[in-house]
Amino acid sequence: MRGLFFDIAHLLAGSLVLVSFLQLYQDRLYALLNIYALHALVLAASVAWQAFIQDAPHLYLTAMIALVFKAIVIPTALHRIIVRLGIHREIETVVGVGPAMLLGMGLVALSMVVMLRVTAEADPLAREDLAFALSVVLLGLLMMVTRRNAVSQVVGFMSLENGLVLAATGAKGMPLVVEISVAFSVLIAFIVIGIFLFRIRERFDTVDVQALDRFRGERR
Amino acid sequence: MIDALTGVLLIPAIAAGLLATLPGYRLSARLNALAALLTFLTAVSLFVVEPTSGSYLLVDDLNKVFIVLTTFVGFTTSVFSASYIGHEIEIGRLTPAFVRFYHAMYQVLMFAMNLALVANNIGLMWVAIEMATLTTVLMVGIYRTHEALEAAWKYFILGSVGIALALFGTILVYMAARPVIGEGLEAMVWTVLVQHAAKFDPALLNVAFIFLLLGYGTKVGLAPLHAWLPDAHAEGPTPISAVLSGLLLNVALYALLRFKMLLALNPAAIAPGPLMVIMGLVSCLFAAFMLYRRRDIKRMFAYSSIEHMGIIVFAFGMGGALANFAGLLHMTMHSLTKSAIFFAVGHIAHVKGTQKIADMGGLTASNPVLGWGLVLGVVAIAGLPPLGIFMSEFLVVSSTFAREPWLASILVLGILVALGGLFLRLNTIAFGEPRGPTAPAEASYVPMFAHLAIVFMAGIYMPPAIVAGFQNVARLLG
Repeated sequence: MRGLFFDIAHLLAGSLVLVSFLQLYQDRLYALLNIYALHALVLAASVAWQAFIQDAPHLYLTAMIALVFKAIVIPTALHRIIVRLGIHREIETVVGVGPAMLLGMGLVALSMVVMLRVTAEADPLAREDLAFALSVVLLGLLMMVTRRNAVSQVVGFMSLENGLVLAATGAKGMPLVVEISVAFSVLIAFIVIGIFLFRIRERFDTVDVQALDRFRGERR
Repeated sequence: MIDALTGVLLIPAIAAGLLATLPGYRLSARLNALAALLTFLTAVSLFVVEPTSGSYLLVDDLNKVFIVLTTFVGFTTSVFSASYIGHEIEIGRLTPAFVRFYHAMYQVLMFAMNLALVANNIGLMWVAIEMATLTTVLMVGIYRTHEALEAAWKYFILGSVGIALALFGTILVYMAARPVIGEGLEAMVWTVLVQHAAKFDPALLNVAFIFLLLGYGTKVGLAPLHAWLPDAHAEGPTPISAVLSGLLLNVALYALLRFKMLLALNPAAIAPGPLMVIMGLVSCLFAAFMLYRRRDIKRMFAYSSIEHMGIIVFAFGMGGALANFAGLLHMTMHSLTKSAIFFAVGHIAHVKGTQKIADMGGLTASNPVLGWGLVLGVVAIAGLPPLGIFMSEFLVVSSTFAREPWLASILVLGILVALGGLFLRLNTIAFGEPRGPTAPAEASYVPMFAHLAIVFMAGIYMPPAIVAGFQNVARLLG
């Protein structure tokens, strides 16, 4: 039984990394949001599985939050924003798809090398989880730097937070404080972002962050 | 049940609730200052009666210093903010609704910073710092101009990434502690962690510290991660620039110091010192050179903050009783001086109606009190004797010279370059022909000169009780 538990947890965490890769090359906002919803769905499954094998009922709550809030509410809301702003055209990536994927693979390799080496003593489940979680975090970061559109940067940030939740749930017996805080911070972050998106739109008629660069303080 | 420890959290929390509902900026501004004063007095009482620490809240010699400094500058800034906001309403830059929001957020920020300082739980501390970040993001963007929005967005994105990395580090620390302490809450409590730190897995701790250094280092404004800092300082309301520079950077530094202490207790883990020394030196040098091409007065002092945080992180990175003492003193002096400078800058920007250095000039002739206040502040921040920052910089440099002369000479180079940059601009702003509007400022000079007086005093004479207290904390820091 132990082996099966481990394999399924491994499978789910690994899928999360794969979905992160899927996000990297989406060049349309709708598709990106759908993939993000899938990302949150896989996260919810992974967290629920952890709750089951760790016998930690409070983790089901985290899974529920991931499912309802991240997989349904946020993508729907962002969808509406995109429709209202009329920006469902192509995303311009700063780096092309090919280099972005290569960079992504490099980052995953890096996190495997780092995390598997330093956690040699820890139990295998936790260390695999942690290595995957770091990969998801780094891929989220990569997404944030390869995109110029404010919406896709936000999606990158949210998938980064998913990686953190994966790490937090993989760490066995971590107090609830942190899980709630993670979920809560996403909520706050979303509100803030929502406000910003609307404000940015009001002022610039675009959510392309590069338009903001023109207003940098040092230029006249 | 309610002791001073919960008091420093409860007062701002209640005040935030009140301020969010009260209309009328005059009343709110006074209430804001009153709440900040009460918080400060409560914080001082920590020195008289020390409340017992629980598994969530903690008070010890280290954080007492930080709490008192934070609440003091929080109080003086709220006094300055009252006159600043009054002017903003007059010229119509802020509407009453925004001012109400601003005052409530000010107290939320005080609450979050105090919580970060008294938290006895690494998770709780992280939550508090995240909260402080989000509050300041909202405040930086409050003017809704292009620049303010860009600054807030940049701050938000970079701050969130930093905060996310710090959380990953926090999780790793828990992972390292779990096999030794056991599952659950205990493995995230500072006081318990410190007792068992020697037995943690060193490899895991090392990686954790790297993440924490990058994460909280972003919030401290260390060099490669500083990009948000000048924009956030320049575009937000000036009281917030004062609080950001004087306090929030310190709070992030405090978090870093706590983790450094944890690592120092584990003999097999990497020494955190050299990493901090390198980042500190890079920040100091980089910011010093960046001072030369600044055209915006608030951006210039923001870069000066990066330079000084670099010096402070450098001092703590060197470690040892003397360098830690110097770092602590420098941090205190920098908080007081930099907020005093921002008080002056806020009024100057009001008088001149701009933040561009080129449009200012001859301030000592047109507005003598304000002009000379700024001159005094810049003389202090540049580290000229006999003011407090000279003392602390001298201590940092001399204690380093005894151990690593090379590092000390790089640091001295940074300090001198910064001095040149600051005086070059000060010359334009304060002396020569008056330029731009020269109307007298409706300013409250008390907070500015109170800070400068303390800094001046500290350069000449430090009361033995304070010296003993700082020495004690310096020993704790190892």
